[in-house]
Amino acid sequence: MSLSVALRHRLGDFRLDVAIESNGRLTALFGPSGSGKTSLVNLLGGLLRPDEGRIVADSRVLVDTKAGIFVPKHKRRIGYVFQDARLFPHMTVSQNLLYGRFFAPTTERYGDLDGVVALLGIGHLLDRKPGSLSGGEKQRIAIGRALMASPRLILMDEPLASLDDNRKAEIMPYIERLRDETKIPIVYVSHSLGEVARLATDMVVLDSGKVVVAGQASDVLRRLDLLPADERGEGGVVLDMRVSGRDDAFGMTTLVSSAGEIQVTGLDAEPGTAARVRIRARDVIVAAERPTGLSALNILPGTIASIRTGADPFADVLIDCNGQHIAARITRQSSEALGLRPGLPVFAIIKSVTFDRANTASVAAGHPQPQDKTINEKVE
Amino acid sequence: MQWLLDLTPDEWDAVRLSIKVSAVAMVFSLPPGIIIALLLARGRFWGKSILNGIVHLPLILPPVVTGYLLLITFGRRGPVGAFLDQHFGIVFSFRWTGAALACGIMAFPLMVRAIRLSIEAVDRKLEAAAGTLGANPLWVFGTITLPLILPGIVAGMILAFAKAMGEFGATITFVSNIPGETQTLPSAIYTFTQVPGGNAGALRLTIISIIIAMAALVASEVVARRISRRIEIE
Repeated sequence: MSLSVALRHRLGDFRLDVAIESNGRLTALFGPSGSGKTSLVNLLGGLLRPDEGRIVADSRVLVDTKAGIFVPKHKRRIGYVFQDARLFPHMTVSQNLLYGRFFAPTTERYGDLDGVVALLGIGHLLDRKPGSLSGGEKQRIAIGRALMASPRLILMDEPLASLDDNRKAEIMPYIERLRDETKIPIVYVSHSLGEVARLATDMVVLDSGKVVVAGQASDVLRRLDLLPADERGEGGVVLDMRVSGRDDAFGMTTLVSSAGEIQVTGLDAEPGTAARVRIRARDVIVAAERPTGLSALNILPGTIASIRTGADPFADVLIDCNGQHIAARITRQSSEALGLRPGLPVFAIIKSVTFDRANTASVAAGHPQPQDKTINEKVE
Repeated sequence: MQWLLDLTPDEWDAVRLSIKVSAVAMVFSLPPGIIIALLLARGRFWGKSILNGIVHLPLILPPVVTGYLLLITFGRRGPVGAFLDQHFGIVFSFRWTGAALACGIMAFPLMVRAIRLSIEAVDRKLEAAAGTLGANPLWVFGTITLPLILPGIVAGMILAFAKAMGEFGATITFVSNIPGETQTLPSAIYTFTQVPGGNAGALRLTIISIIIAMAALVASEVVARRISRRIEIE
């Protein structure tokens, strides 16, 4: 599945001018509010008609203003999960779920109710009316409803934005399962880098209606300077590592890569399996000498590859640990106090890592447990 | 009690005729009522305020004026009336169908208002959501919009029925006051008040009018409550 978008659209004073190509399983549209994310998905979903441009999904031309093509939304076969679930209040949950199935051509129906219900864990809600559901439940039903229409592409417009943290944690595993267990590509709009870092395989950063950067999520997240100022600490790197040993007495797992060894908790995997860990820039401390007497277990030696400073008080330090890079976000003051400069040997102290269950298919034995909210493991 | 039910054949005719005329007026004005309400609520076209004005005219004009306008357009020699008579054999003047037409037109603005308000209250985002699920505009209307505006439609129908039951001025001007054909309850009451010793009859029909009106209101309450329980607005 490929998505190719080149659009120009005006909404009052706002101008959207974007060109995006993506093959990702979950492409995140990321940017601050007002950057044009929602306009872009509305254009994709057919809720808006662009002034100019082309949208091609899976070699199917949905919009081509030059050729006068505009496929209306009900013929696009694009599932849309709205921020406000938009369940039909006069129907039961199961009627909501089955609504789109009726309109999908029989030969292309793949959404089966039992599968979707199991995937989203909504079996106990089927006879209820939307009015009596919690926000998180509504959003799960909305995802299921979009799936049951057997779409070729799913759009999610900040599906978690109106929920509190507990509800977000409740739903995220379902979105991960959706991404990993179904083959439907997802376009996911968000202004939360935490969500994007956890869910996205690919990423497009938008600002003021323009694409700032696009590419694989792991590459984009490393470019802290391209992320919005208040979200830079959420950026970081992804390391491909391998499980090398387990210590059941302490409940620790050792991961190894060319960068060195780190020890983590809460990772249940056999030695030899691959694991991807995400290390946020704000969770990395830089030391000029190997520290002692520290509770942190994970100290990786390396040399400074680059230091990027801007107008804010922070310095983004990229450390080359034997070929693998670790990004650290420290203050400019510390950077000068330590005399950091490219080429200097330093130690990266990692306070916590996030397992990218997302891309660590081998890590999760069987299905990820949706009730499991611990994804951010402190590994002091 | 026996006194109340001891109606003369003419009085029974008036009761039956009134219910028939009102029901026909209500049913036949429903489809155009929904369409006009949709146009007024959703449409963007030149002359929308003119259409709105025309729909509301019967509400503000003296009923006798509406009746007279009906007489000169739908009468046997009127342009529309003559056409319908020659091509379809439909005659309105001095028939009960004419009474239904007059009642329908007088009740039309009330019906349109009720339906229009409920259409404007529908969250259009739900319709957009149905569209992304594959429903074309007609299906969206049938499966989303229509069920959501059902309470408004029921309210509009009841209002129209009640208005039709009470319609007097336009009806008597257009189709006169012929017992058994065009003499509805209000006309019959009026006739009783015009003859000596008619007080008892007028009172009987008045009480029957009140009972029918109350029954219609209670019925509408019950139906509306049942529907809104089914919809359970979030």
